[in-house]
Amino acid sequence: MVVLELDRLSCHFELTPGFVDRVIKRKPPSYIKAVERLSIAIGEKEILGIAGESGCGKSTTCSMVSGLLDPTEGDIRFRGKSILGLRGDAIKDYRRSVQMIFQDPYESLNPRFRTVDIVAEGPRALELWDANEIEQRSLAMLDAVGLPSGKYAERFPHELSGGERQRVGIASALVMEPEVIIADEPLSMLDVSIRAGILDLLREMQAERGFSSLYVSHDLSILGNVADRLLIMYLGQAMEIGPAEEVIRNPKHPYTRALIGAVPIPDPRSRRAIPNIRGDISKPIDPPPGCRFAPRCPYADASCSNTFIEMETGAGTLHQAACHRLAEIDNAGS
Amino acid sequence: MTEINKDPLLSVRNLGVVYETSQGPVHAVTDVSFDVQENEVFGIAGESGCGKSTLIKALLRLLPDNGVATADRCDYRGSALMKMEGEAFRKEILWQEISMVPQSAMASFNPVYRVGDQVVESIQTHRKASRAEALERASELFDVVGLEPGLLKSYPHEFSGGMRQRAMIAMALSLDPGLIIMDEPTTGLDVLVQERILRRIREIRAELKSSIILITHDIAVIAEMSDRIAIMYGGEIMEQASTIELFENPHHPYTLGLKNAFPSITTMGTELISIPGSPPTLIGPVQSCPFAPRCPFDDAACHAANPAATEIAAGHVVRCVNYENSAQFRSLAKEKSTWLS
Ligand SMILES: Nc1ncnc2c1ncn2[C@@H]1O[C@H](COP(=O)(O)OP(=O)(O)OP(=O)(O)O)[C@@H](O)[C@H]1O
Ligand SMILES: Nc1ncnc2c1ncn2[C@@H]1O[C@H](COP(=O)(O)OP(=O)(O)OP(=O)(O)O)[C@@H](O)[C@H]1O
Ligand SMILES: [Mg+2]
Ligand SMILES: [Mg+2]
Repeated sequence: MVVLELDRLSCHFELTPGFVDRVIKRKPPSYIKAVERLSIAIGEKEILGIAGESGCGKSTTCSMVSGLLDPTEGDIRFRGKSILGLRGDAIKDYRRSVQMIFQDPYESLNPRFRTVDIVAEGPRALELWDANEIEQRSLAMLDAVGLPSGKYAERFPHELSGGERQRVGIASALVMEPEVIIADEPLSMLDVSIRAGILDLLREMQAERGFSSLYVSHDLSILGNVADRLLIMYLGQAMEIGPAEEVIRNPKHPYTRALIGAVPIPDPRSRRAIPNIRGDISKPIDPPPGCRFAPRCPYADASCSNTFIEMETGAGTLHQAACHRLAEIDNAGS
Repeated sequence: MTEINKDPLLSVRNLGVVYETSQGPVHAVTDVSFDVQENEVFGIAGESGCGKSTLIKALLRLLPDNGVATADRCDYRGSALMKMEGEAFRKEILWQEISMVPQSAMASFNPVYRVGDQVVESIQTHRKASRAEALERASELFDVVGLEPGLLKSYPHEFSGGMRQRAMIAMALSLDPGLIIMDEPTTGLDVLVQERILRRIREIRAELKSSIILITHDIAVIAEMSDRIAIMYGGEIMEQASTIELFENPHHPYTLGLKNAFPSITTMGTELISIPGSPPTLIGPVQSCPFAPRCPFDDAACHAANPAATEIAAGHVVRCVNYENSAQFRSLAKEKSTWLS
């Protein structure tokens, strides 16, 4: 069954123009099209990984799904019902069911709260359990993420390292017992051994409670391990989707190929190959129609800049890429 | 430690940092000594909470009120950083000579000013430059970190996490400092953008002959960038050596465990060997090897006293009483059973 469905979801930001541009030169406003017609369905207990270029719209997608940001176009459905325009108790219920782990643990933790109170804040606001039980569960959750509560419960965020803060964020999402977890780079500041512990915890809770998850990360080796399916984005557009291991082992889209080719390996004698992409940097302001990777794609032709391909991204669908020249690229590549 | 003829750019001896907390003193950094040479990338790796950010905050005198640093020596080009007048330190050293990309890069911009104006202001505060010149320099720097110069007009909240991190790297490069300290500069970046930025930083560094202290838990990045590496655990440097030496002739059991546990895209699907147990909480003074409780090769001596740092070859320093058995450790460390018993 589909738990969460994003239906041709878009989010456009108007850039704040300066006074001169706006009033004197009367320039039309510029837009960053952070997310463009993104459709995905996430199944029961499914973990959907999302990776892509920095600035490609991953966090924006997470915010829209969490109900923190309204889409410019499109719809988000939770168990078949649209969440846009939910009010009162309905949006409260939704916000409890869907918990977000924020990307930046330096911004997202209330600096005036002790760690135990940060974790307990959600359950207290919604009066999920009695006061004593909330306290006990919060302390247990701190222990579970590797912050022994005897030593960490009383600390304030500024007394924690980056990775310790990140784990407080994870604890405060998990303590809510959500049905969906939106995890935006949840482990980026953690080293491998602590990571392994948290991933085990997530797997355990997943087996016990069976939540679904959107899992954003730049670390393809983690995604290959935890995600069922993997979505690759570039400048707001979906480029490729498929079973996670399959996408990593046999990438189809030229962008995915370049991305996976650039993963460094831990060996000082190896050098990363210069990636097979054109140009230098992506230009998010007022992007062209058609495939946004085209200006950097070594295989692009004139037709690419006006062909926008929407993939069939329903739950469980096969490995596919939003590129209409895959056959030619395969021939050129091998 | 062997003193190399040429004076190091930065020389630190026996640095310690203690935080006072309601649970007692946290010994976040203990007895840390290292040199950073001119034109060198010095990498620091280690687990979350092992004291990496604290170490550099101590160097830059940015510790919070409850943190106290002590050191026998902490010299940058011959001037004692910790003894300088506060005013002189801020004017002559901070940003000008030693710049920093903090781990909280995402939260270090002022939310009410455009990002470009903040870069321009930083340049104009320290250099004689017209606004146009400073703006030109800011666009160059944005290009270095892969941001479209049009984005100079954006406000910090209009940037993604990785874009803010890159803008902070641009800031840190803006004054051509002698030493750039980067605390987890690439955690928020995809590998393509990361590859590009690291390549450009290597080029700039070669041109300017500046040095870098690079802190990251990403072993692949540290291997790619660093000339020398220090591995920290529980507030101490467990091992330091040139990058090749550290990878090919590691001595400390913790270094061996860290290397085992590192996932790589080529090993996807194979089981990684991780180090069981959890890191020390650093409360109270260190009276034994901090790694002993998790070390598969520990003996009575490890628990009796904190081992001293020993220089086993030129520039290769190990803090382990049993370093002479490292050949045996290296082969045993590859077996999963070693770490489980
Ligand atoms: N409030 C906003 N106003 C204007 N533009 C915004 C806003 N929030 C995000 N953007 C822009 O939208 C694009 C997508 O940002 P988003 O934060 O979703 O990226 P991301 O994929 O999470 O990147 P990262 O991996 O670097 O965190 C970026 O170009 C960013 O500049
Ligand atoms: N202001 C403070 N008061 C008390 N303890 C602190 C304070 N700041 C940091 N600590 C503790 O000191 C230790 C070292 O913290 P530090 O931030 O240096 O770690 P780190 O190596 O940078 O970790 P990470 O990789 O997670 O950022 C941690 O155990 C942390 O909890
Ligand atoms: Mg993001
Ligand atoms: Mg840190």
